[in-house]
Amino acid sequence: MILTIAYKEFRNQFALPSNWFILAALQVLFAWFYLGRMDAFLQVQAQLAQLANAPGATQAVAVPLFGSLGLILMMLVPVLTMRTFAEERRSHTLALLLSAPVSDAQIVFGKFLGLMFFLALIVAVGTGMVLTLGLGTHLDFGLIASNALGLLLMAACYAALGLYLSALTAQPVVAAIGTLSLLFGSWLLEASAPDQEAGWRALAPTSHFQSLNNGLLHSGDLAYFLLFCAAFLLLTARRLQTNRLAD
Amino acid sequence: MSAPATLSAHRLTRRFGNRAVVQNVSLELRKGEVLGLLGHNGAGKSTTLQMLAGVLLPHEGSIEVCGFDLSGQPAQAKACIGFLPENPPLYREMRVDDYLLFVAKLHRLPRAQLATALEEAKQRCGLQDCGKKIIGTLSKGYQQRIGIAQAIIHRPAVIILDEPTVGLDPAQIREIRTLIRTLGDQASIILSTHLMNEVETVCDRVEILHQGRLIYGDSSMKMQQFDLQPGFTVTLLSPPPLAELEALPGILKAEALSATEFRLLHPADSPAAAELLARAAQNGWQAQQLTPIKNRLEDVYVKITQGETP
Repeated sequence: MILTIAYKEFRNQFALPSNWFILAALQVLFAWFYLGRMDAFLQVQAQLAQLANAPGATQAVAVPLFGSLGLILMMLVPVLTMRTFAEERRSHTLALLLSAPVSDAQIVFGKFLGLMFFLALIVAVGTGMVLTLGLGTHLDFGLIASNALGLLLMAACYAALGLYLSALTAQPVVAAIGTLSLLFGSWLLEASAPDQEAGWRALAPTSHFQSLNNGLLHSGDLAYFLLFCAAFLLLTARRLQTNRLAD
Repeated sequence: MSAPATLSAHRLTRRFGNRAVVQNVSLELRKGEVLGLLGHNGAGKSTTLQMLAGVLLPHEGSIEVCGFDLSGQPAQAKACIGFLPENPPLYREMRVDDYLLFVAKLHRLPRAQLATALEEAKQRCGLQDCGKKIIGTLSKGYQQRIGIAQAIIHRPAVIILDEPTVGLDPAQIREIRTLIRTLGDQASIILSTHLMNEVETVCDRVEILHQGRLIYGDSSMKMQQFDLQPGFTVTLLSPPPLAELEALPGILKAEALSATEFRLLHPADSPAAAELLARAAQNGWQAQQLTPIKNRLEDVYVKITQGETP
């Protein structure tokens, strides 16, 4: 049942012309960053070679690239999540899901999974582009894998938050702007918090991406991602339930 | 009426804010029955149907569908329901076939039956030719038919239709009514409508909802005879004076509708009509047409709801 909803959600992402445009623009942007990074790396390569423990191509090119993809996703995911519930409410299709023999949790999780398929595709395409580095040098596959995983987990958090905000309103644009400002706010919080105040920093999903970005798989970060997603998915399911009671 | 009840609602109450939109509504629907829910705009028809379909939860009261409690065992109960809301819930960017299959899977129709169910639903709603079309490109009438198709594709025992014939042309309305009648043989149907002739042609039973309360419920045959004064209209080509008609035995009141048309009222079970025809033949009044007075459902509806307005 969850998969039925997830598959339909995934398929419908491709029915929107705007999503094709977003995918194309993302590819161009990512390729641009990629070439820029390559260029910078080639320029300093000679000096790097003289260092004792010099960063390799993976660390110098792939790691910052994944970092910037993370930031792009922050702006992209709200656009993808905004329609999930807000649009259904506006076009009166939510009644179909609410009258179907599926629980609220199944609806929410199905939609989340469908979005994750789509986001996984985006991450996979980005990772594929980074893997072309392997044509010219040896790659640190562990580092790339941890980055891809990190991106996916971070995107999952964005998606969970986006779903919740979309469930709060009937206006997709409101949901998108709300999600974006919350994500951006948390990122600013992380960027501006002084070093000694790690507590504030730990609130932002982006800060937990840092260690994965550097190839460090930290169970604390994994727990954060899972808890973040679970919390917002549960809140979304709860929101649907209260919606049936008071409209 | 000994068929088992497929849907029963007990004392439903639903509030929006402090305003009670539906109060103490109890309904029972039996197998093979078509129930029409009538009412003004804002009488609470849609809210009641949404509660029966499980989209809204009632604040008080309980609903049982095919033996399952809607709030206690929602999955089993909702699997027996097909629901067409006021606005058909269509994903405009999907193809008709994909959409109907999605709905069927969502209602737990076994995979092996999907293809036949799809064909059957499309054939019943006249959608054979547009399976590959995108829903958003189809006309309002077709979209309404897809809405009905999605409500019946999983062959539910209870079908809930909120104004099913809105936006259809007269020929389509007739088709849909015939469809509702055929569906009504196997399933129970509850539908809301503004159209009185729809009630007359389709429904077995009528409930009238007024300001959130059920104020009248009976078979649609009985409703037609509601508060009916027996009588007939008659055309006499060379009529006698009105007073002479009124003086006939068994006539309570005579009224001239035009120069040759008269309305005569008589007590129930009196042979006044035969008496009049005999006189007419004797006196050469040239009687032409005699029709018993029949209530128009519309008038009855207005009479019932007006009686209730405070």
